[in-house]
Amino acid sequence: MRLTLRIWRQSTKDDGRLVDYRLDDVSEDMSFLEVLDVLNEELILAGDEPVAFDHDCREGICGMCGMMINGVAHGPERATTACQLHMRHFADGATITVEPWRAKPFPVVRDLVVDRSALDRIIEAGGYISAPTGSAPDAHAVAVPKPDADTAFESAACIGCGACVAACPNGSGMLFTAAKITHLGVLPQGQPERDSRVLDMVRAHDDLGFGGCTNTGECTAVCPKGVPLDSIGRLNRDLLRASLRPRR
Amino acid sequence: MHSAKGFYTVGEPIIDEKSPAGPIETRWDRRRFGAKLVNPANKRKLTVIVVGTGLAGGSAAATLGELGYNVKSFCYQDSPRRAHSIAAQGGINAAKNYRNDGDSVYRLFYDTVKGGDFRARESNVYRLAQISVEIIDQCVAQGVPFAREYGGLLDTRSFGGAQVSRTFYARGQTGQQLLLGAYQALARQIAAGRVEMHPRTEMLDLIVVDGRARGIVVRDLVTGGVSTHFADAVVLATGGYGNAFYLSTNAKGCNTTAIWRAHRRGALMANPCYTQIHPTCIPVSGEHQSKLTLMSESLRNDGRVWVPKQGGDSRAANDIPEGERDYYLERTYPSFGNLVPRDIASRAAKHVCDEGRGVGPGGLGVYLDFADAIRRLGRAAVEAKYGNLFEMYQRITGEAPYEVPMRIYPAVHYTMGGLWVDYDLRSTVPGLFVIGEANFSDHGANRLGASALMQGLADGYFVLPNTIGDYLADGPFETVDSAHPEVTAAVSEVVDRITALLLVNGDRTVDSFHRELGHIMWEHCGMERTEEGLRKALKLIPALREEFWRRVKVPGGGEGLNQSLEKAGRVADFFELAELMCVDALHRKESCGGHFRAESQSPDGEALRDDAEFSYVAAWEYAQPPVLHREQLTFEHVEPTQRSYK
Ligand SMILES: Cc1cc2nc3c(=O)[nH]c(=O)nc-3n(C[C@H](O)[C@H](O)[C@H](O)COP(=O)(O)OP(=O)(O)OC[C@H]3O[C@@H](n4cnc5c(N)ncnc54)[C@H](O)[C@@H]3O)c2cc1C
Ligand code: FES
Repeated sequence: MRLTLRIWRQSTKDDGRLVDYRLDDVSEDMSFLEVLDVLNEELILAGDEPVAFDHDCREGICGMCGMMINGVAHGPERATTACQLHMRHFADGATITVEPWRAKPFPVVRDLVVDRSALDRIIEAGGYISAPTGSAPDAHAVAVPKPDADTAFESAACIGCGACVAACPNGSGMLFTAAKITHLGVLPQGQPERDSRVLDMVRAHDDLGFGGCTNTGECTAVCPKGVPLDSIGRLNRDLLRASLRPRR
Repeated sequence: MHSAKGFYTVGEPIIDEKSPAGPIETRWDRRRFGAKLVNPANKRKLTVIVVGTGLAGGSAAATLGELGYNVKSFCYQDSPRRAHSIAAQGGINAAKNYRNDGDSVYRLFYDTVKGGDFRARESNVYRLAQISVEIIDQCVAQGVPFAREYGGLLDTRSFGGAQVSRTFYARGQTGQQLLLGAYQALARQIAAGRVEMHPRTEMLDLIVVDGRARGIVVRDLVTGGVSTHFADAVVLATGGYGNAFYLSTNAKGCNTTAIWRAHRRGALMANPCYTQIHPTCIPVSGEHQSKLTLMSESLRNDGRVWVPKQGGDSRAANDIPEGERDYYLERTYPSFGNLVPRDIASRAAKHVCDEGRGVGPGGLGVYLDFADAIRRLGRAAVEAKYGNLFEMYQRITGEAPYEVPMRIYPAVHYTMGGLWVDYDLRSTVPGLFVIGEANFSDHGANRLGASALMQGLADGYFVLPNTIGDYLADGPFETVDSAHPEVTAAVSEVVDRITALLLVNGDRTVDSFHRELGHIMWEHCGMERTEEGLRKALKLIPALREEFWRRVKVPGGGEGLNQSLEKAGRVADFFELAELMCVDALHRKESCGGHFRAESQSPDGEALRDDAEFSYVAAWEYAQPPVLHREQLTFEHVEPTQRSYK
């Protein structure tokens, strides 16, 4: 395949711009990141700076990769991260635009690399169950109804890539936050901290500069793990419940 | 007979002084009782560095924080949640015996020692089996959403040829869910101010002052700044080094730098040649290939492995009639068939491909066929069991396993070797502890499926937090002066090396060297090793390394994010490690577990151990040439036998 990649290039010294690169020998078995690898090899040998992009597992699970491909977070395939996107989904001769996540809480570090540490801050605000090592009862002490376990799992599958934020017109991190609220909030182990968790995480979310949720649903549409939109509904219910009760 | 002499010298034997003797059931209790305790008020004055935030490092940092130590945690990814443990699919073993199917701590212990082909320490493995039970409790308390049955209790499955059902799992994402549990515990300690987190920070050297590990030299991957961190003890939890082979199932950033640098500073490296090659991975599709994807082992429960009987058969799989197919595993191993252990399945695939009967691009693949299973169980049932795996396969290859057989080929997956540690998980450098895949401790020459997650969490949640106190009880140690000659030397070595890499400005990329190193390792130190091949590799590797330092091209500068520079440093260390892996493989003339020496096989082609000669851990000291220290292994509980799966 022949392709033109129109890639966002930005260093600490400039405001960034799109640059076109031609590739003449792309195999349709390549993953999208492998195409960037090939381009980078060429750039290095030509004495240019390679394109910086984040990646690690290349299996769609670590959440490290992430870029806007033709304006869509992670590209055209549903439920697929950029690293799992293969070139057979593109037409020969296509021009593909590649840009970093764009959201206020995610400053660009270089080229396609952004700083997503705001997501860690949200978890630190309360996205856990306090269970210090050694304090646990037997795992079978509490049975968890299978439907609850399944709901928890569905949300726990979030890989923290930030696509939801990048796709949201408001730059909201609500799907990410709601995924953790749902995961922990439906489990019996998560009940004691349920109120404080939602209050603290939502406050952190807002303080970090993420936008508000207006239910556009763009987030779920691009989520590589299909975290459902109704988790946000659950977050809102939990938030209301927690705000109405005296904080203990 | 040839010998490996000249490639190494032999030093004093080494022993593990920390494991108590006597009844194996109470060794861990007695060790904990014998270990010194740190007064709670003193913990606040003690600092521990933990490098790595995978299952091992994440759980250790969180637990040490809970105990009241000051913890500094490091990882190279942008968030601790992305450590490579996240990719583990299958599950985690624990001797809960919830199924009442005859499992016990003793059975898990026995299976692990035997599975490791009698090259692991009994004391360590017994403790691992004991702790396995607590791990599941701990993870459930954190909210890890393990698979459950309709009654609400935990589901288990059997895995990796075990005859009991002891593997706990969370769909195909067990590693992810366990890691998020540890990450969240870590996040809680970060918020509490007990752990100081340094993401996008790479450890480039260990600082040893007055014989004790006292800190690390790191590079901030965003600013490029090189700096030091000091502590009373250093814990390495930096994972495995499978990427020495370039292509593996590991994440792209997995590296040996942390443990290799520690090795150069005096920590012995144990059994570096023990590598696990997983039989069911998606084959290489071309030169551009950047990593290999594992397909869960569970597929072998229903898939049948075959190749054409005739070499060079270019027909499509479905056009090859039944009579012209060779179901070689079923033929050679009638009682275990497609379920033989990983090492055997991998080697058998290599053999048929070497005979020219492999399928797919380059002839490096075998079929894993579900046609029979679909006929027998129906498509819906097969989809329910393997749907997500089939989808993943189709995503990568563009082929639907419901219609055409999958193509699979073995790939490097896990490294059993690592830094030598005693029962306390302490290396030969006082104050340096090593946990998780980075150490060599529990799996001998072959790891059983679902046991790495167990080991990482056992080390991090339960073993290290108990044993590190014995060392720290003598602290806090004198404050390290950053002008100390050992410190300035370590920093300038790191800076000089970065400068040297940038200055070469040659005409080959880092990746091209890494790929070539990988080819050499795969060819000569992979599934089957021979004296001749290893000797050849020991000529090729130093020559390539020399060429690397002459011709590599690393663009950009030392400041700011420079991913080529990061890779260059890692590959430079892989070169050195790869050579030691080959020396280790050359010296171990027996076959055992994942280490198959073609010269040492039974008449029917099985791995042949030599217990009289090689029942030891090979612990290597850094020197030119390396020095071998043997730790003799004794088996009081499990009698070594030759494995047979016929
Ligand atoms: C695809 C795949 C599937 C697997 N499936 C299973 C399974 O089903 N069951 C099972 O038991 N095992 C499985 N394994 C094995 C298991 O996942 C690993 O052995 C285990 O997770 C390793 O954990 P760890 O904590 O030791 O290291 P890792 O999780 O690899 O973590 C390493 C950490 O060290 C950091 N690090 C590394 N080098 C540096 C450096 N120089 N400076 C700073 N930080 C550094 C990294 O950032 C990371 O945080 C699988 C492995 C793979 C590859
Ligand atoms: S690189 Fe890990 S999800 Fe893409």
